[in-house]
Amino acid sequence: MTDASINASTATAQADEASFGDYFALLKPRVMSLVVFTALVGLLAAPVSVHPFVGFCAILFIAIGGGASGALNMWWDADIDRVMKRTKGRPIPSGKVEEGEALALGLALSGLSVIMLGLATNWFAGAFLGFTIFFYVVVYTMWLKRSTPQNIVIGGAAGAFPPVIGWVAATGSMSVEPWLMFALTFMWTPPHFWALALFMRSDYDDAGVPMLTVTHGRRATRVHILVYTALLAILALGTAFSGIGGPVYLTVALVLNALFLHGAWRISRRTEEDSEADNFKVERSFFKLSLLYLFLHFGAILVEALLKPYGLGGWS
Amino acid sequence: MSLRKNHELHQRRFSRNLGVGLTLAAFIVIIFGLTVVKVSGTDFGMATQEVQN
Repeated sequence: MTDASINASTATAQADEASFGDYFALLKPRVMSLVVFTALVGLLAAPVSVHPFVGFCAILFIAIGGGASGALNMWWDADIDRVMKRTKGRPIPSGKVEEGEALALGLALSGLSVIMLGLATNWFAGAFLGFTIFFYVVVYTMWLKRSTPQNIVIGGAAGAFPPVIGWVAATGSMSVEPWLMFALTFMWTPPHFWALALFMRSDYDDAGVPMLTVTHGRRATRVHILVYTALLAILALGTAFSGIGGPVYLTVALVLNALFLHGAWRISRRTEEDSEADNFKVERSFFKLSLLYLFLHFGAILVEALLKPYGLGGWS
Repeated sequence: MSLRKNHELHQRRFSRNLGVGLTLAAFIVIIFGLTVVKVSGTDFGMATQEVQN
């Protein structure tokens, strides 16, 4: 081995060396931000007061649990992440982090988050977090993601649990309101991801993931988006008259659901030629609106909860 | 061969080691804070009273 080859191999090692940020990227920070926000709303909408530091810890450990399931998802899906353009740059496909490291990090953080949430709040919440990690990693990632075109619907359930965990962390018990928040995220996920699948089409085809666009065709996907959006609108407006709703929420829900339904209607009416002609402009704007949709609905629930101490939130 | 203190590995992994160190420090702060909150909370007080009775 010459000096030149040693230098070259050292340079390669430096370039491939995982930084702290690469390990953090395994936790899917963008997904984690959704988990943090919805769990926070679940915790604050609960009709009990929580010590601020305990509340902070609860959200932190729910976020770490969500991140752990993201790392386990990346470990299992490393083979398809290497194929898809959208995921090629992730730490494992890019060669920065080894698969075993992702598995170890995911398992360690799963255990830590469940135990710490149980200790910080209550064991019901801890167990619920453990179940959510199990559901996302085993039921969704390992089992159903590659075997059914309804994978997105099932995956949506895993992403919808955080507000329920937040509520349980605060109250130690269950009621209908957190399940309305669950249903909101659950019903929102399919139109959100199917819109993405419409304009990122070759990705899922190449990876062999049975997305609805591949198994049932793009026309069926467009119709599915409209049906789910209509059901979501009924649910979102119904939530306005529950314990977590109120005039602020109703106003937000009316505006956003009208816009969302309009977008879904336009998607359902478009042909592939229409979409190709403007580079999926309507689908892309629907996807962007979907991000705002969920954020503002949960934001409105949060506003209602924060107004309640002043006698303003809710319908009373 | 033992690693010298100024081995290039130390520089290369500085950010990773710093990140791990800060994370562990934050974890200690969280455990300490939780302990303080739990000990000063009413639940802990009731349990102590029960033991005394």
